[in-house]
Amino acid sequence: MSDHVITLVVNGRDHRLVVDANRTLLQALRENLDLTGTKHGCDLGECGACTVLVDGKPTLSCLTLAVAAAGRTITTVEGLADGDRPDSLQVAFAELGAAQCGYCTPAMLLSARALLDVDPDPDPDEINQALAGNLCRCTGYVKIREAVQLAAARDRA
Amino acid sequence: MGHDYAVVGGRLPRIDADGQVSGRTRYTDDLKMPGMLVGKQLRSIHAHARITNIDTSRARALPGVKAVLTGEDFPITYGILPVSQDENALALGRVRHVGEPVAAVAAVDAETAEAALALIDVTYEPLDETVTIEGALSGDHTRLHGEGTGTNVHRAAALEFGNVEEGFALADHIREDVFFFGGNTHAALETHSAMAAFENGRLTVWSSTQVPHYVHRALEKVLELPAGRIRVIAVPTGGGFGGKTDPFSHEFVAAKLAMVSGSPVKITLTREEVFYAHRGRHPVLMWVKTGFRSDGRITSMAFRTFLDGGAYGSYGLASLYYTGALQTTTYKIPNYRFEGVRVFTNKPACGPKRGHGTPQPRFALECHLDKAADDLGLDPVSIRLVNSVEPNSMTVNHLRITSCALDACIEKVVAESEFSAKRGRLPRGRGVGLAVGAYMSGAGLPIYWNDMPQSEVTIKVDRGGGVTVYSMAADVGQGSTTMLATVVAERLGLAPSDLAVVTGDTDLTPVDLGSYSSRVTFMAGNAALEAATKVRDRVVEAVADKLEALPEDLVLSDGTVGVRGAPGSEVTWPEAVRLAIAAKGPLAESGSYRAPKLAGPYKGAGVGISPAYSYTACVAEVTCDADTGLVEVDRVWVAHDIGQAINALLSEGQVEGSIYMGIGEVLFEEQAFRDALHRGPSLLEYKMPTFLEMPAVDTYLIESDDPEGPFGAKEVGQGPLLPVIPAVVNAIHDALGIRIDEVPITPDKIVSALRDQNRGGEGRVGPTGIPEFEFPPLQRVEPPQGAPR
Repeated sequence: MSDHVITLVVNGRDHRLVVDANRTLLQALRENLDLTGTKHGCDLGECGACTVLVDGKPTLSCLTLAVAAAGRTITTVEGLADGDRPDSLQVAFAELGAAQCGYCTPAMLLSARALLDVDPDPDPDEINQALAGNLCRCTGYVKIREAVQLAAARDRA
Repeated sequence: MGHDYAVVGGRLPRIDADGQVSGRTRYTDDLKMPGMLVGKQLRSIHAHARITNIDTSRARALPGVKAVLTGEDFPITYGILPVSQDENALALGRVRHVGEPVAAVAAVDAETAEAALALIDVTYEPLDETVTIEGALSGDHTRLHGEGTGTNVHRAAALEFGNVEEGFALADHIREDVFFFGGNTHAALETHSAMAAFENGRLTVWSSTQVPHYVHRALEKVLELPAGRIRVIAVPTGGGFGGKTDPFSHEFVAAKLAMVSGSPVKITLTREEVFYAHRGRHPVLMWVKTGFRSDGRITSMAFRTFLDGGAYGSYGLASLYYTGALQTTTYKIPNYRFEGVRVFTNKPACGPKRGHGTPQPRFALECHLDKAADDLGLDPVSIRLVNSVEPNSMTVNHLRITSCALDACIEKVVAESEFSAKRGRLPRGRGVGLAVGAYMSGAGLPIYWNDMPQSEVTIKVDRGGGVTVYSMAADVGQGSTTMLATVVAERLGLAPSDLAVVTGDTDLTPVDLGSYSSRVTFMAGNAALEAATKVRDRVVEAVADKLEALPEDLVLSDGTVGVRGAPGSEVTWPEAVRLAIAAKGPLAESGSYRAPKLAGPYKGAGVGISPAYSYTACVAEVTCDADTGLVEVDRVWVAHDIGQAINALLSEGQVEGSIYMGIGEVLFEEQAFRDALHRGPSLLEYKMPTFLEMPAVDTYLIESDDPEGPFGAKEVGQGPLLPVIPAVVNAIHDALGIRIDEVPITPDKIVSALRDQNRGGEGRVGPTGIPEFEFPPLQRVEPPQGAPR
């Protein structure tokens, strides 16, 4: 496998990496950069636990090659807060019990952030559609939906 | 119930929520150590075969490979139950299902480890496969355990309480039905993972486990290391649902690879491997026959279950008895017979999944009861209310019922859903269904016989007032860490977020048996409450001395200790703590919990007993498409008798998650096989509900104030799942008039039942009978005093 020298722009920082062509973005984030907030769940792009934002769009990092993400703007859960100020979604998820085991939570937060960035006032159906690619085995999604609505309302206020 | 609690029953966030939402919570696969190797397991391609040779020489020669293991390295068997020690960490001489681990390697990276696995040459001699219940009972297959041919029966049970035939003689109406519950799996989003290090003669294993204490014991046995040289750490777990409740191959293998290689080793299972590790819901074939009086009262019931156990024992002996144990906890059954058999098949082993062995018979019983109500011209509500158990009673099979708000749960969901106005009156294609359930607040007995407490908690308070709670309870997402903090905070007048909680570490924390059987709130909660009460008493005594007040006049609230009705008298919590330490030394206290001795006088009585039972009632409303067979669950109402919520927000979350999992099981999920081959060991093929399939839910927590629960609390993690499945099935019947006596109810079954209905048939899909099997002689048991007559 050939080595590639790439720059990943993650959470506002540039990282120069040497990676194999077949290294996934998920592996690069978790193993090269120690950004373990992004999770591995199914290897097939079905569960959504590996979702990160690439140029603001939810992207399955287990199905994205690291070389294909080179130079693009990547946001992981570690970059969601603004310094000490947590994202409104992080606050609402904690407050309303939207995380149980918490394993799907980082990806869920990023998918929800991408939604609110384009639609600051989604109705429940729009939330369902936007987050349908993120599986959660614990919550039944009820409190996640409520948390997204609460965060949206606070963002608008 | 009129209690004035400061934090118990509130809606405070989890105390570990910040770590979860920031991505800083570290799960096992997020851990790494310097010099850590990657472990991988080679898995069997055969369902049943002898291993005649394993040649690992080429793998060992590959650069970067640091250790290679085979079954020869693990001669000592293990199993979660003392009576089922039938597994080797790597197959020894024989494989019994596709995907069973056969060999393992540790290498410098994943690519090298995988390359090494491909260089291991295993020679198999295939054996005939047993893949169905009928096949296992037929007697002409190679036995999975033991030698020769015969039946593949794991265990059979036969119990009779009262006199079932006499009971049938009293009946005005007798009904028989047959049901099948397809197996399914937990599919927690985090795949299993274990990391091990061996340093200074001590082994440490970090694992995504629900049962660090049992893993500790199993490692001690299999690795022949003294328990004192093994430390097991239950890392925050990305979901369990019972799927991380056995000791698993990869835990032993990671440990041994670390010992052999001298380097830390981590093994994280792929999603496919998790489907082979399994231990999920048993497929169960069931037959039930019940006698009713004309007003619906049950006179007698006979219940038979046939469990497809897969290749190993796991919890199966308990699972077997659970399929017969809890029917009596919701309905007064004066005469009851249970006969069950669990068989071995060449498939991944089944075990406990949320509700462990009880969702299957609960599905059968609740659907059977609806059919009987139709026969008798009764409605689903009244047939349940006329039979519902009462608080402070005994069941015919010697289960002690204390608090019980079953009637209140039924009445609540029936009223809120307008069930009676809707049933039979919605347009064709829409319907409502009702069902109930009950579940244990912890198994009454530990898995291995002993007289020690089932849960121990220690609290240490430092001189600055900092409170640390130590408990081996493993937080698998259910919120046990927050529960412990809340119970202790309530007693000490603090906020849960003020407390530190150290959990799941066999070096640091006193024993808790683990997060299974919905035991943690009741048992660890009671242990924590006892420890906190001792801490409070020491603090109160010291402050009373200082203030020259009576101890009983002191109150702890908002981080102070003061005299009731004397504002301004308070000392701060840290000051109060220092007074207590000055008076009597270190402020560290322990508490424990041991369930009362509840087992009835018969073999098998250890399964089903519990210090308290939760009760649940559920109404589901569905819309069915008669052309496509698609079912949409529109709304679900659940009322759950929780005794007392320790945290209402987290308790609601457990109910909502149970509804979700129930909908997955009734409509989508099946661990299905083509002969012995898994039909789709991936999340691509194993379909589970997304946001789009999750209905609106209405959750009602009913507080019955249990006399023995901590602050009156009972379980909430498993019970609410039970009635969801039959409620949906009953709703489909109401919508279309068809009867699907088999879950999951996939669209093809609905279409097929409708075709049958259109041809003038009864519109039923389901099993038509049960296999011939000679159960053991009945063990006849006298009902206890106070059992229903």
